[in-house]
Amino acid sequence: MATISTLHYLVVAAALFILGVIGVLTRRNVVIVLMSIELILNAVNLNLVAFSRLWGLQGQVFSIFVITDAAAEAAVGLGILIAFFRNKETVNVDEVDLMKW
Amino acid sequence: MQPVATTFFFYLLAGLAILGGVLVITRRNAVHSALALILTLLSLAGLYLMLYAPFVAGVQIILYAGGIMVLFLFVIMLVSIEKSQKQEQFNSIWLVGLLSAVALGGLLVAVFVKGKELFPERMALPPEQSNTQAIGIALYGTYLFAFEMASLLLLVAIIGAVVMAKKRI
Repeated sequence: MATISTLHYLVVAAALFILGVIGVLTRRNVVIVLMSIELILNAVNLNLVAFSRLWGLQGQVFSIFVITDAAAEAAVGLGILIAFFRNKETVNVDEVDLMKW
Repeated sequence: MQPVATTFFFYLLAGLAILGGVLVITRRNAVHSALALILTLLSLAGLYLMLYAPFVAGVQIILYAGGIMVLFLFVIMLVSIEKSQKQEQFNSIWLVGLLSAVALGGLLVAVFVKGKELFPERMALPPEQSNTQAIGIALYGTYLFAFEMASLLLLVAIIGAVVMAKKRI
């Protein structure tokens, strides 16, 4: 691999995306599920900045908005988690079943 | 200014990022996962620097690694009790999740193999002008509406998080 092309960055971003998806779908602890969602968002950011190198500055501006969005979503998600923990004393996704049939 | 040792730094930073990702999804202790995610975020900031995006790298370190991860660590310290560390790590439908992720991975591999000629091999070196200045002009010029909407979103998120975490509304 003499030169690092765009495809190298896209492969790294895809690997991080897959790791994030595995974390969201397999883990039992809600906090780790939220952290895997942050992994997914970071993979998308890497994709955006890698393509922004080729096609202009819009990718970097979009990635700044994605980071802002991730901050807002993490704050609200963790607020929900705290409210849930106050009621049920657990951080287990399998026990979030009050609205199941 | 010519870049130096690009290949070594790319593989080092990419390896650290993927190692951090694997540690996030496999650690039993939530604090270890948070620290591994900080490792991933800092490696990604290094990759952004390699892609000639210094402002995004700075925003990543300050906001993501310095803001969001501190929030995560505080909430982990609030909710993580020792009981959750001794229980099972993976949820009840882990096999279905793993198979779906493997299917998605196969799809991405097919995209990369088939569309290899869509991604150019060599990237031109960008001109030596201030990246932060250009992003500032774009944010306050073309994308002003999105910028104001983002500040409104942050206001809503602040109100929502405070209301959700209060003991009595």
